[in-house]
Amino acid sequence: MTVEIQSEPVTPDEAEQRKQESIERRLEIDRAARWPVGIFIGSSLVWLLFGSLLAIAASIKMHDPEFLADNPWLTFGRVRPAHLNTVAYGWLSTAGIGIGLWILSRLCQVPIREQQSLTLAAVLWNLGNAVGTWGILRGDSTAVEWLEYPTYAAPFLLISFTFVMLAAFRMIRNRPPGHIYISQWYIMAGFVWLPALYFTAHGLLVLAPVQAPAQPPINWWYAHNVLGLWFTPIGLEAIYYLIPKIIGKPIHSYYLSIIGFWSLAFFYAWNGMHHLIGGPYPAWLITVSVVASIMMFIPVITVAINHHMTMVGNFRALRYSPTLRFVVFGAMSYTLVSFQGSITAIREVNYVTHFTHYTIAHSHLGAYAFASMVYFGAIYYIMPRLLEREWPSRWLIRFHFWPSAIGISIYFFILSWGGIVQGMAMNLSDTPFMEIVAATIPYLKWRTIGGTLMTIGHLSIFISFFWMVFDRRYRGAEPTLFSTKTPETPAPLPYP
Amino acid sequence: MNNRFRYIFVGFLLTFLSAWCGLVLLPVWGLGNFQQVPDPTTGEMIPPIMSPLEERGRDIYIANGCVYCHSQQVHPKRARNDVERGWGQRRTIAHDYMNQGKAQIGTMRTGPDLANIGVRNPSADWQLLHLYDPQITSRGSIMPPFRFLFERREVGAEGPSPKALQIPKQFSPPEGYDVVPTEEALALVAYLQSLKLSQYEVPNAEAARIDTEIE
Repeated sequence: MTVEIQSEPVTPDEAEQRKQESIERRLEIDRAARWPVGIFIGSSLVWLLFGSLLAIAASIKMHDPEFLADNPWLTFGRVRPAHLNTVAYGWLSTAGIGIGLWILSRLCQVPIREQQSLTLAAVLWNLGNAVGTWGILRGDSTAVEWLEYPTYAAPFLLISFTFVMLAAFRMIRNRPPGHIYISQWYIMAGFVWLPALYFTAHGLLVLAPVQAPAQPPINWWYAHNVLGLWFTPIGLEAIYYLIPKIIGKPIHSYYLSIIGFWSLAFFYAWNGMHHLIGGPYPAWLITVSVVASIMMFIPVITVAINHHMTMVGNFRALRYSPTLRFVVFGAMSYTLVSFQGSITAIREVNYVTHFTHYTIAHSHLGAYAFASMVYFGAIYYIMPRLLEREWPSRWLIRFHFWPSAIGISIYFFILSWGGIVQGMAMNLSDTPFMEIVAATIPYLKWRTIGGTLMTIGHLSIFISFFWMVFDRRYRGAEPTLFSTKTPETPAPLPYP
Repeated sequence: MNNRFRYIFVGFLLTFLSAWCGLVLLPVWGLGNFQQVPDPTTGEMIPPIMSPLEERGRDIYIANGCVYCHSQQVHPKRARNDVERGWGQRRTIAHDYMNQGKAQIGTMRTGPDLANIGVRNPSADWQLLHLYDPQITSRGSIMPPFRFLFERREVGAEGPSPKALQIPKQFSPPEGYDVVPTEEALALVAYLQSLKLSQYEVPNAEAARIDTEIE
C-alpha cells in the first residue's frame, strides 16, 4: 500500500486534481472488473443458498432420521457431502476468487483485461460445481472428505482456475514498480496453493489411488490445508485490505504482517495429521502436525495483534459500517478458531473431542464465523463500487448480520458443548452407545435452529444482491450505512 | 513481474514443497507398499484380499457416505477404550488396511466404529434388518433407514420369497407384501461381514516398522 509521504506542500488545486485522477483510475478498474467479478460473486450467493438448504436437510436428518429418507439422492450420507462441497467450492471458493481478483486489481492498479476468459472461467467453475454436486447426489461421491466431487467434475475446476491464475499473474506483472502490499501476497499465495493441493490430493486419492493405508494422511493434509492455504489467505487478505480502507488508518505494523505471512505459509502446510490422532499411524507422523498446530500460535497472534491494534480507537465505526461489522466479526472469529484449533490438536484434548460434533462446530467457526463473515463484508464493500449503485436497503443488511451472527453463535457454542458431552461419555466404556446417541439429540436440534437462522441471513443477502442488480434506479450517492448519523467521515487515504 | 515478487513466489513454492515432501511423499513411501504376511498361527496370508462382492459392497458404503458417521479404526488404550467397548481385539495398524482399496477410516462416531463389525456382529439377517429400518434392531438410533436398498414385492401365488426379511409385525409392510433385499443390500452386508480389521494377531515385523505401540 503506497502511502505517499508528501514532503512538499501541495496546493489545493493540485490536491484536487490528484484526488480526481485517483477516483477516475479506480472507476476504470471497477468497470473492468464488473462482469467477471460480478458473475463470480453473484453465482457464489446462489451456491450459498443451495448449500444452506442441503445443510438444513442434513441437520434435520440427524435428529429425525425419517426425514426425506426414502429417496437415495437425499440420504444423509449424500446430502452431507453435497452440503460441504457446495459451500466450500460453490460458495467460499467462488466468492473468494471474485473478491481476490477485485482486490488484486485494485492493489495492482491494473484493470482486468481478461473479461472473456474470466467469464468463461466463472461459467466453467459453476459448471464443475453443478456437475460435482449432481455426481455426489446420484451416488458417485468419492467419500474422501473435502474431495467428494467425482473425477468428472475436476477438469472443469482445474481449467477454470488456470484462467484465474493467468489473469492474476498478469496483474502482478503489470503493476507499477514498488511496494507489494500484504493482501497481494496472500491472494497470490492462495491462487498458487489451491491448485497444487487439489491436483496432488485428487490425483493420489481419486484418480490413481495410492495403497489404502497411505490415503488418510494425504486426505487430511488436503482437507486441513484447503482451509489454511486457501480460505484463510483469501479471508486474511480481505481483512488486511478492508479494515484500513474503512477506518482510514494504515495497518498497525507492516513487519508483523510479513512474519504472520511466512509463519502461516510454513506451519499451516504441515498441519492435518492431528485429525488422525489415535489412528493406525506412526507416532512421528501425527506428532509433526500436533507441533505445527501449536506453532500456528505465531501467525495467529501476529495477525491478531495487527488486525485488532488497527481497530483500536475505531470501534465506533462498527455502529455504522456494515462491511466493518462483518469483517471485524470475522477477524475476531479467526483468532478464536485458531486458538481453539491449536488447543484441540493436543493429544489429551483430542482424546475427548475427536469423533464428536465438537469438530463439526469448530469447522463451522472457521468456515462460517471467520471466512464467510469476512466474505460477506467484502461483498458489501465491493458490489456498490462494481455496479456504481448502492445497496437497496440497510434493513436487509441488518437482517443479514444479526441472524447470521446469532445463528453461528448458537451453532458453535451449543454444538461444541454437545460434542464434549458426547466425547466424555464415549470415553466411559460402561455407557451404552445408544445412551450417548440419545444425549446428543437436544444439541442436534439446536443446531437446526442455528442453521435456520443463518439461512435467513443468507436469504437477506441473496435478495439484497439481486434487487441491487436488477433495480437500476438511482439510490443516492451516500453509502448504505446502518446508522444515518455518521459520527465523522474518515479521511480517504491516497492509496488505491 | 519484477524481481521482488519472484522471490516471494519461490517462497510460496518452497514452504509448500517442504510439507508436500513430509506429509505426502513420506506417507506414500512408508505406508503405501505393504505386503501380505502369513498369520503366525494359521499360516493364512493376512489381511485377506476382498472378493468382488465385498468390493461392490464397499462402493455402496462409499456412495451412501457411511463414513460420515462410522469410523473404522480401533484406538489404543491410552487414547480411548475401544477395546473395552468390544470394538476390536487390539488397536488397528496401517498394515490392516492394505487390501481395503479405498480407506474409510473416518473421523466421526455418530454411530459405533465398524472396523471389526464382521467379528462383532456377523449375522447377515441382523445387518439387513438394521439397514432396512434401524429402529427394528436399535430403538432410538438416529441412523437413516436404507429402504431404498430393498424391494417391496407383492406376494404372488408361489408364496413369499425365500430371501424376504423376517420383519417384526409393527414394522412390516401391509398384508400381501414382502421385503426383499436388492443385490446392493446383499453386497453391502457382505462388505460389513468382511470387516475384521482388528482381528488378526499383529505381524511383528509390521508393528516394528511403523513404530507404534500395540495395545
